[in-house]
Amino acid sequence: MEQILGNISLLFEFPVVNIKIILDGIMIGALFALAAYGLALVWGVMNVKNLAQGDFVIAGGYLAWWLANQGMPALLGVPVAFIIMWGIGWVVYKLVISRVIERDLFTSLLATFGLAIMIAQILNLLFGSDTQSIQLQYDTLYFLGGFVDIPIAKLIGVLLAAVLAAGVIIFMKTSRMGQAIRATAQDARAARVLGINTEKVYAFTFSLNSAICGAAGAIIVMVWVIQPFYGITYSIRAFVIVTAAGLGNLPGVIAAGLGIGTAELYGAHIFGIGYQQAVAVVLLLMVLLYRLIQQRRVRQSLQ
Amino acid sequence: MNKRNLILYIAILTATVIAPFLFPDFRTQLATLWLMIIVALTWDMTGGQMGYNSLGNIFFYGTGMYVAAVIAIGLVYDVGAYTDAAGGQIFIFTEAQYFSGLFLGVIGAGLFCSVTAVVIGYLTFGLRGPYFAIGTLGVAIAAGELVSNWDWVGGGQGIALPVYPGDFDIGKLLFYYLFAGVGVVLFIFLKWLYSTRFGEAINAIRDDEEKAEAMGLHTLRYKLTTWAMAAFFVGMVGAISAFQLIHFEPLETAYQTINLGIFMVVCVLLGGKGTLWGPVVGAILFHVFKEVTWNYLLGWQWVALGALIVVTVVYFQDGIMGWLMHRRPEWFGIRVEEKDTAGA
Amino acid sequence: MNAIIEVRDVSKSYGGVAANTGISLSVDEGGITGLIGPNGSGKTTLFNSIVGYHPIDSGSIKFESKEISKLPVQAIARRGLLRTFQQTRIYGKMNCVQNMLISLPHRKMSFFDAFSRHGQQDYERTDGLLDFVGLYEKRFLRAGSLSFGQQKLLEFAMALMNEPTALLLDEPTAGINPTLINGLIDRLKRANTEFGITLFVIEHNMRVIMNLAEKIYCLAHGQLLAEGTPEQIQNDQRVIDAYLGVH
Repeated sequence: MEQILGNISLLFEFPVVNIKIILDGIMIGALFALAAYGLALVWGVMNVKNLAQGDFVIAGGYLAWWLANQGMPALLGVPVAFIIMWGIGWVVYKLVISRVIERDLFTSLLATFGLAIMIAQILNLLFGSDTQSIQLQYDTLYFLGGFVDIPIAKLIGVLLAAVLAAGVIIFMKTSRMGQAIRATAQDARAARVLGINTEKVYAFTFSLNSAICGAAGAIIVMVWVIQPFYGITYSIRAFVIVTAAGLGNLPGVIAAGLGIGTAELYGAHIFGIGYQQAVAVVLLLMVLLYRLIQQRRVRQSLQ
Repeated sequence: MNKRNLILYIAILTATVIAPFLFPDFRTQLATLWLMIIVALTWDMTGGQMGYNSLGNIFFYGTGMYVAAVIAIGLVYDVGAYTDAAGGQIFIFTEAQYFSGLFLGVIGAGLFCSVTAVVIGYLTFGLRGPYFAIGTLGVAIAAGELVSNWDWVGGGQGIALPVYPGDFDIGKLLFYYLFAGVGVVLFIFLKWLYSTRFGEAINAIRDDEEKAEAMGLHTLRYKLTTWAMAAFFVGMVGAISAFQLIHFEPLETAYQTINLGIFMVVCVLLGGKGTLWGPVVGAILFHVFKEVTWNYLLGWQWVALGALIVVTVVYFQDGIMGWLMHRRPEWFGIRVEEKDTAGA
Repeated sequence: MNAIIEVRDVSKSYGGVAANTGISLSVDEGGITGLIGPNGSGKTTLFNSIVGYHPIDSGSIKFESKEISKLPVQAIARRGLLRTFQQTRIYGKMNCVQNMLISLPHRKMSFFDAFSRHGQQDYERTDGLLDFVGLYEKRFLRAGSLSFGQQKLLEFAMALMNEPTALLLDEPTAGINPTLINGLIDRLKRANTEFGITLFVIEHNMRVIMNLAEKIYCLAHGQLLAEGTPEQIQNDQRVIDAYLGVH
């Protein structure tokens, strides 16, 4: 308890600590937001709640890590992970997801949970259970008398995330496929009537989601660490963000992503690093509870 | 109950009693089989019969373990000193202390989990469908993470209970009969429960909760009671597991979300949701499959397990009972009946 | 006659769109009252407000002289004010008999009654009511496998099983085979006279409602347009305009 109070008072005594936490939070939050955007896409378009979301992220991270160990330039890992995870996403869609779209929601949840276990275990068998990361040979910038340090690698990571997000958004806004995806999200039957091949749209959306996750993972492995079993917490973070922001609310997803990144680091700072996972999950419960109270006010349930 | 059923039940009961003597080398596996049957049956109470698919029932298993441990140890020693690795104190439990700890631990775990279920249920039963599944999963994961940071109960290192004071083989037998006893009681309890108006009410909630509300059912009351009953049994078997395993830790043993937590769902889906026999059949099949194939898969067991989940969910979701109901509807009393004019 | 349901100045809007504005009406005890209006005129919203499905923005709703607008759906249902749904709702995986048995009135039931089984008289009532709506032969079939019209009849029988004081029916004849409509009108009237249940009916089929109701309210654009006997309504120019003008 004294420990916690001590950590809190530290925040007030040295306000620069806050700046460091917030900056770090924004940097990881941007990556959470990417995975969450993919989840919102799949959720909105085909009503599949993908519990393997985080495992796609980790899989992308391992791909980039493995390629970098084979001598490929680390930054190239991001587009390569994007492309390979696109293919994997397409295979997963054809084998599993396409068969659960029309079923009740628990089916998709459970099927993707099974997938999550499979992916995590395959990664574990292939790469071992140690944490891994790619060390980029860049300098670290120091601000405010050395209290705030920003490794250039992290800046590059955030920049890549922003570029990826911008690319996806422009694609969704301008391309024919992007329009078809948005139309399907609004009303799949109407879209079918108007001649949109929704089956194709679904396959494309899921592959795109998988690719976004893969690229996010490739960035994460450069700025942070990955481990085969970290997937579920990324999935939960994605759920927190989407539940808090709602579907089809892009600024909300970004804001919630940055928010949860910061909140998690504050939690880790105050309660100790061992609580970081717990903070992510407790945030999920708090967001669910908040939405529930909102719904109770109009006598509805959260479904 | 007709004669054929009676013979069937007596045969099953006899097999239950003599099984550990027929297969003395497999006593622990048989005990685990009963554990699977129990968690599958309790999962089906909410998942199959009431339509609330929880992914977090393992929460009660883990909580039951810890409550039992705290009770059993706390009756004799200070729990904080017991779990303090640096304390260097030696703790001895007499036979009487062990058995009173076991008894009170199991009962206490069941009751504690029931109360917790009511509290959590009150907060989460406004969540429907996928939100309920994710919310309950979140509760289980959060509990595991928090307990692993809680030094008073041993933190991430876990906690060790006293060893069974008598002969090792007799101990195995005792745990087998404890699991089997809870399982038999649970089965009889559910067979009765599903035949009452309570069973009808939770089925109505499954089929259309909004309609049930519009017809004036006390839906929240039914939901909380069902979950509390399920939690009672899960908490008890969690406590028995704790004594059987002796040492356990929070993330891999107690709140084992991706092992037992998901196994119970797969067992139920495999056997058939919303039936009394489905979870039992599913648990037996699943457990046998797992035990037989486990050693031949050379490290790929978990991948195979994930694949089994996916295949079951995607291709065989109605389970064995669902398939039977589709093929032989008359066995389940589905028929058109001519009006009996003479009788009326 | 006493008013059993009194609606006073009820308004309800969804995100800025006013579905009901300042509606006042009353339903007489023991009678059959009709509610008509073009599509989107706010009839179902009003029903939902009465049975507590959503909170109202302003106004008051009284049932048996007691304010119910703050109560949740279940509590209102247990007071004996029941509704059926436009999109029929039954318990699909249970058979008809189970659907009926679970509809027994819950206001008379204590918590421990739930752990008992049904008595002989419950089964007799079930058989009687299923016979009343003509579903006796199908009673052991899954309710979800019945046709839409049959489900509608089952839902009506379930409502009767609940022994309500007043029953709100949302388009009872929609989707029912036209040859069966006369039989249904007859059953609705018998439910009213024999079981003494007050009926408040939304209906699109003018022939049905003119035949059934003693008093009719007409809504248009979320407001009360006209009220009166079937003859008055039929000859009311505003009602005719509302039906013809909107389309």
